[in-house]
Amino acid sequence: MITRFLADEGVEYMYGYPGGAALHIYDAIHRQDKVHHVLVRHEQAATHMADGYARATGKPGVVLVTSGPGATNAVTGIATAYMDSIPMVVLCGQVMSHLIGEDAFQETDIIGVTRPIVKHSFSIKHPADIPMVLKKAFHIATTGRPGPVVVDIPKDMTAPTEKYEYVYPKKVKMRSYTPVGRGHSGQIKKAVDLMQKAKRPILFGGGGLVLGESTELFQQLAKKLNFPVTTSLMGIGAYPQTDKQSIGWLGMHGSFEANQAMHHSDLVVCIGARFDDRATNNTAKFCPTAKIVHVDVDPSSIGKTIRVDVPIVGTAKSVLEDMLSLLDEVEGERPDLSEWWKQIEDWHASRTGRLYEPAEENEAMKPQQVVEAVWKVTKGQAYVVTDVGQHQMFAAQYYLFDKPNRWITSGGLGTMGFGLPAAMGVKLNKPDEEVVLITGEGSFQMMMQELSTCSQYGIPVKIINLNNQSLGMVRQWQDLNYASRHAQSYVESLPDFQKLVESYGHVAMKIDKADDLDAVLEKAFALKDKLVFVDVYVDPREHVYPMQVPQGSMKDMLLSKTERT
Amino acid sequence: MRHIISILMENEAGALSRVVGLFSQRNFNIETLNVAPTDDPTLSRLTVTTVGDDRIIEQITKQLNKLIDVVKLVDLTEGQHIEREMLLVKVKAVGAQRAEVKRTTEIFRGQIIDVTPSIYTIQLAGDAGKLDAFINALGSNTLLEVVRTGVSGIARGEKVLSL
Repeated sequence: MITRFLADEGVEYMYGYPGGAALHIYDAIHRQDKVHHVLVRHEQAATHMADGYARATGKPGVVLVTSGPGATNAVTGIATAYMDSIPMVVLCGQVMSHLIGEDAFQETDIIGVTRPIVKHSFSIKHPADIPMVLKKAFHIATTGRPGPVVVDIPKDMTAPTEKYEYVYPKKVKMRSYTPVGRGHSGQIKKAVDLMQKAKRPILFGGGGLVLGESTELFQQLAKKLNFPVTTSLMGIGAYPQTDKQSIGWLGMHGSFEANQAMHHSDLVVCIGARFDDRATNNTAKFCPTAKIVHVDVDPSSIGKTIRVDVPIVGTAKSVLEDMLSLLDEVEGERPDLSEWWKQIEDWHASRTGRLYEPAEENEAMKPQQVVEAVWKVTKGQAYVVTDVGQHQMFAAQYYLFDKPNRWITSGGLGTMGFGLPAAMGVKLNKPDEEVVLITGEGSFQMMMQELSTCSQYGIPVKIINLNNQSLGMVRQWQDLNYASRHAQSYVESLPDFQKLVESYGHVAMKIDKADDLDAVLEKAFALKDKLVFVDVYVDPREHVYPMQVPQGSMKDMLLSKTERT
Repeated sequence: MRHIISILMENEAGALSRVVGLFSQRNFNIETLNVAPTDDPTLSRLTVTTVGDDRIIEQITKQLNKLIDVVKLVDLTEGQHIEREMLLVKVKAVGAQRAEVKRTTEIFRGQIIDVTPSIYTIQLAGDAGKLDAFINALGSNTLLEVVRTGVSGIARGEKVLSL
């Protein structure tokens, strides 16, 4: 019943790992050929693979794990998806119904364990309910603000000896769940009035634009208004970063001009971002002179961390459509923004080329220049997946994205180990696209067993390992806040990555001086059908700048080890 | 400020834990909690009293509304409403105290519902303030056991919380 439903629901791939309580389901998978199962080496990787797939395609990722440790191993991946609102359905085996509560072998109350990190969860009470429960799970995971849904399936619910009639439920109706639709027209009118009058406006787009497939409308709005455009970390790609109206992303390590512009603006129009602490810095000092318009599909995101002048609950797509048509109707000139643009260009010019010094010839490379070189060799068209840490920020800062869904990173939870499996999930479903994992030796080691899965299924991702032989972001904070006492941030006894990668049948390369950078990268990306791991030795002393000053306003930033605003 | 939030939710396994879990997960406060099925057996009615400023109460109602099992809710303190709580209390009742306890119970319009030669068990319904006052009037040296149901409430007039 489960596999038939998944096939009817259009699921092509599921990611998982078998075990006792899931064996009936695995047997059913074995006896059909519509839904392909990818066997990972650790259940956490299954969730990240499904997650990466969902981020790149907009479709829900599907995971299958067994009870107990299988399910608890999946928890980190479920939490990662929850924090970034990624649609995912996780099917967990469970011990037989009559054993539940008796501390049976491999029993865990996974509904209880995952309760705070799922959009919703279900437990199957009767085999006949399976199609409708799964339909509801997919419906909830993919509509409104998306999120992960866990379905707990006791082993006796899938016993092959019992037969039930299967009908694919085409529709689902739940009295307690109605995703929001269009925004309130009066509120949208108010927002448009503010846009008509603003002298120092800024458009601020979030991951909701990418998830809500409304980036084109967002770009139309930006073009029509000629407002500067910034995004959150999750919103990267919602607006072409090489366009002249793009002023970079904002927040703790956001661009100098975006953070300055936010602070000095008189109108912030935020669509599909949730003003989290890494984006706002101290909320009491946040954008002191600005009126704030906040559009979100989730009412609880509005007013959660900052005061909002014009709240609009609705899908990004519908609200943008309404804003655009209203702007077509209104009369009157908007204020001239040339002074505001001049100010932003001055901010931009004051920082350009001053954030780091590229290494030359035989010096240790700067991680920033490696990312820039990757951008060049992939012509800015790759799907870029990252882990978490300094390399993640450098990738976000120096790889410029012109299209949505191509920047794939764990923004909310900040999960080290996310990168490799997520990149695999993207590549498997987008075999013709270039998929690059930019990682660090710390994060990579958290999920490196998946190199084996890559061999089994032939998944030729490109891995750029920014190897600084230390936990760079931790080290940076220790430099700044703990007088450079590097407690446990130095990774001793690193493996010989070259040998390790080759032992799985992949290709490994190494770069330890700037002179080789471009040539080796060219060579690596030319090997289309091979997984290539490029171990790049970078300067371990490098810090990520700009960096907002803790508890400061948006404009308070460290610009280098010695300068600050 | 104190608020009484009344919730209609699906009468399903785990629904209550989602509501209670939400409060601890998001650092909200539960002062009292009261839950029982309604005339429609598929629905439970849950009443929670909580404290917080406007911003926190707004978050509480929004987050509760987001739970899939929550069908509808109302913040009763936004309008005219009636709140009631029931108290069962077991007190020492010997000698002169015996008559005194009985008089106090009558003044508060409570009922003595169980009697032994040395003990009265008293039932009293009212708003939380009345129950507090009664417990104070009895005095702590007579109290043996106190059980309160937590607040339940309903809007005054024609307002109805139903599907």
